[in-house]
Amino acid sequence: MKRLLLILMLLATPSLAVQPDEMLPDPALETRAREISKLLRCPVCQGETIDESNAPISRDLRLYVRERLVAGDSDDQVLDAVTDRFGEFVLFEPRATGGNLILYLAGPLMALLAAFLGWRFLLSRRPAGPQADPPAPLTPEEQSRLDEIMRR
Amino acid sequence: MIAELGHFALILAFAVSLFQCSIPLYGAHRGWPAWMEAARPAAVAQFGLVGIAFAALTVAFVTSDFSVVLVYENSHSAKPMLYKFSGVWGNHEGSMLLWVLILSLFGAAAATFGADLPPSLRARVLAVQAAIGAAFYAFIIFTSNPFMRFDVAPFDGRDLNPLLQDPGLAFHPPFLYLGYVGLSMAFSFAVAALLEGRVDAAWARWVRPWTLAAWVFLTIGIALGSWWAYYELGWGGFWFWDPVENASFMPWLLAAALLHSAIVVEKREVLKSWTILLAIMAFGFSLIGTFIVRSGVLTSVHSFASDPSRGVFILGILAVFVGGALTLFAGRAGSMQAKGVFSPISREGALVVNNILLAVAAFVVFIGTVWPLVAEMAFGRKLSVGAPFFEKAFTPFMLALALILPIGAIIPWKRGQIARALRPLRGAVVLSIAVMLLVFAVSTGRSALAVIGAGLGSWLIFGAIAELWFRTGSAGLSRLSRLPRADWGKAFAHAGMGVTFIGISLLMAWQVEDIRTARIGEPFEVGGYQITLDAVDEVPGPNYVSTTATMTVARDGRVVALLHPEKRVYPVQAMPTTEAAIDNGFFRDIYLVIGDPQQDGGWAVRSYIKPFANWIWVGCMLMALGGFISLSDRRYRVAAGARRRSVGVPAE
Repeated sequence: MKRLLLILMLLATPSLAVQPDEMLPDPALETRAREISKLLRCPVCQGETIDESNAPISRDLRLYVRERLVAGDSDDQVLDAVTDRFGEFVLFEPRATGGNLILYLAGPLMALLAAFLGWRFLLSRRPAGPQADPPAPLTPEEQSRLDEIMRR
Repeated sequence: MIAELGHFALILAFAVSLFQCSIPLYGAHRGWPAWMEAARPAAVAQFGLVGIAFAALTVAFVTSDFSVVLVYENSHSAKPMLYKFSGVWGNHEGSMLLWVLILSLFGAAAATFGADLPPSLRARVLAVQAAIGAAFYAFIIFTSNPFMRFDVAPFDGRDLNPLLQDPGLAFHPPFLYLGYVGLSMAFSFAVAALLEGRVDAAWARWVRPWTLAAWVFLTIGIALGSWWAYYELGWGGFWFWDPVENASFMPWLLAAALLHSAIVVEKREVLKSWTILLAIMAFGFSLIGTFIVRSGVLTSVHSFASDPSRGVFILGILAVFVGGALTLFAGRAGSMQAKGVFSPISREGALVVNNILLAVAAFVVFIGTVWPLVAEMAFGRKLSVGAPFFEKAFTPFMLALALILPIGAIIPWKRGQIARALRPLRGAVVLSIAVMLLVFAVSTGRSALAVIGAGLGSWLIFGAIAELWFRTGSAGLSRLSRLPRADWGKAFAHAGMGVTFIGISLLMAWQVEDIRTARIGEPFEVGGYQITLDAVDEVPGPNYVSTTATMTVARDGRVVALLHPEKRVYPVQAMPTTEAAIDNGFFRDIYLVIGDPQQDGGWAVRSYIKPFANWIWVGCMLMALGGFISLSDRRYRVAAGARRRSVGVPAE
């Protein structure tokens, strides 16, 4: 049993997301690598960034990102290079091109529409003037209920 | 035998719900009191029967009855008792059973405490509630039966997913479901009001406590889930914009909007049709949430208990209920005449802005969540929408909300002036600007996030205090204790949001992270703390093996904390987990994670200093506390009592 456990532990060691041996000596480059890693989705996990993921492919991607940075790529070039290989799926912030424009414009447009409708509603509720319509008189039924409530 | 008893009770509950959703509804239509009254015992009986079914499943889990398929698949004899118990809902079938248990609990509560409702409204509310129940009983019985047996019982079970073996599982799902399902009451009240053709101040007063209770539970459930993720997943993230998290966040936003719009209906009899629509949408998003979680249609870290074929059934339920309610709404909305008039600069106006911001924010979350699905179907693009998108698209609405909130909370009903409303808030403005300057001075450059977030958070907190002060008028402190509970609840909830704002922005801006190979006995420095890895030991647990590190955290030579981060392997599921060790503090958490042994003899260690982390959840708890205080307000009880005498004639 003990040996079995040992084997299992070796098989399934929880490797932490970013490993010390992956990190770049240059702190500025390393910070950029981390920022980029947080924008990239692990291709095989469920909704994790490669920065958080324990999967081997994420480690490969993290190393690749660092390689590109050391080679002098800009952040966008690195993102492009990874996207070329794995497709748009790996970008957590989708590109605002083509149909994706709907995604980016939906919120602001909805806000404008809601603001317009809300403003129209507010204007429609404005008092007509100093002598606004008096409220409708209570029905006898409502009056008796009011009396009952007031008596308590 | 016990499992069969539970199975049978569940089928009986289904039958009772079919009775409860038809007979009282027809009774209300024809005005037959006895038929309407039948809903009340039926609702209680339904709760009792589901209770029996749930208890039976719990017994099967607690006694490790592996002849029940569900127990075999999700439990193990060596699992600690707490997780045998909470494991009842740590899987699809059991969690759906919890769902209907809570649904019937709300129905029974409405039947028991709804003595003051007009009989026809009560009958219709209970009937709609039972209709939802019937749909979900059918779902459970026909697609996800928890009581299936093996012919030959296996020797031991397959254990629960280790990530779920945590006290978090005992509390997070029940609270979340209390919130999700609690919104069914708002939905039932809305549909019943549409059937009645009457929405008035009294209706708003009845629906508000239920919505408030649901919102409070949802707040607690979401906060617990976020806190659980923070300490369990091993890197201290608190919110991932994961589809399942979004699924609980959308109903929360809409419930918050509904709470505020119901106030307008109650006080001023305007926004009626909008409030009804919100009630329908809030529960509709709960169903969408259930659909997302249960179908696994959007891949997410939560989809441990999902199955696409079941998704179709829930989609059907969603279509029938939300579609039906919206159709009814379209037919009846015209009959809901607004009564009050007010100028745009007024409490009503501010609450309209609140509703716009919350509803559009919920819409943004929704479109971001479903976009991967839409893009794949419409454009054939496989893509992801994650945190970077949501942070940019969602945050502006919350900033705007926080900016106007204290003013809107203090401005008078009907007609107000912004300048006059700002007068009692002068102190709050000055203090918030002071906080912004302080944060700006302390931060080392760059972070606008910290300055704005902390400033707005302080504005909310000081604004809430200033409002309480303002409401006491010239009478001073003696009046403070006599303020209505609702005023206190409002202040707590709004200040709580401020606390959460501060926590989120300062944590995100000021977090310090350190990843390194630590050698035993060699201290290293992180954010002003000296951290030493003292020892690493192998420790056996009940159903796992742990690699436990002993680490000392010191500051200026004084020991601050002795922490034991762990790495566990659960042999049955062959799955590793990390158990971070956290030293909680008022101004910062120290968060340590132990990793793998390195080739040169050290250990991979991650250390974080997380400033103001606890403020996030403390703020959520303050919001929930505010809700509870508000729930205890006398005015709800007075309103409830007002109709006591007018309850219908007993059956002849």
